Amino acid sequence: MQPDWIMGLIGGMLIGLAGAIFLLGNGKIMGASGIIGGLVDGSGRSDKWDRVIFLAGVILAPVLVMQFAGNPDTKATDNYLILAIAGLLVGIGTRVANGCTSGHGVCGISRFSFRGIIATVFYILAGGLTMVVFRQILGVI
Amino acid sequence: MRYFIALLAGSLFGAGLYLSGMTDTTKVQGWLDVFGNWDPTLAFVMGGAIVPMAIAWRLTRVAQRPVSGGSFPAPPRPEIDRRLIIGSTLFGMGWALSGLCPGPAIASISFGGLSGIVFLIAMLAGMGLAPQIKARLDSMVAAE
Repeated sequence: MQPDWIMGLIGGMLIGLAGAIFLLGNGKIMGASGIIGGLVDGSGRSDKWDRVIFLAGVILAPVLVMQFAGNPDTKATDNYLILAIAGLLVGIGTRVANGCTSGHGVCGISRFSFRGIIATVFYILAGGLTMVVFRQILGVI
Repeated sequence: MRYFIALLAGSLFGAGLYLSGMTDTTKVQGWLDVFGNWDPTLAFVMGGAIVPMAIAWRLTRVAQRPVSGGSFPAPPRPEIDRRLIIGSTLFGMGWALSGLCPGPAIASISFGGLSGIVFLIAMLAGMGLAPQIKARLDSMVAAE
């Protein structure tokens, strides 16, 4: 395997290419939380198959890639209480803010969207502070 | 055609998330852990993703319409509201606690084990609750 930063750059470019294809091909912003959330709350009913097929690709591609690259492990905590709280926060937060790392981060910053930039600043600041409190001070994650 | 494009984009997104290391929660938490053992990988992922995406936004000014028809997204709204700030803050907290955001949570379904499933179910529940919370935030604003 290449050094982490090279893999990060290559993987990042694939993510950007995916967003470019989705935008120029289908005229849609590739935001993971919006694509999933529209299926959950029914707001994306009109193009639900686009969403389902996109998500099928997201799930299946790693299965293929892992046949010849890397070790598939999320190394996520097995503290299910923390995971459940985190999942609720991510689900509520991304839908209330109308975007996550892909929508506000990648797609928003690349078009110099003020909302995308501000959202990214806030979720990174909140994430950094959470690490300080829960890892550096409390030591629970 | 639009289904093929959705499948192609989804597959490249999933492959990119996996190869970049963003399905590895320790790398995401490591990037947010500025005062700990800081891991810069996520910055390279973001940088690598923003470049092709910025070119694509440029091309939307040249192209008349998307390949499969319809129209390009409207220009971004300029206003910063309470939803954006509160939502992003909550998201950032959950992102740090777990090391997962929505894309990687889906991409790791096949190998994330029970931890991934617990996170995913909670995330979907949160997404289901969000419209009510949005309505409540808006009514608070209206009451002021």
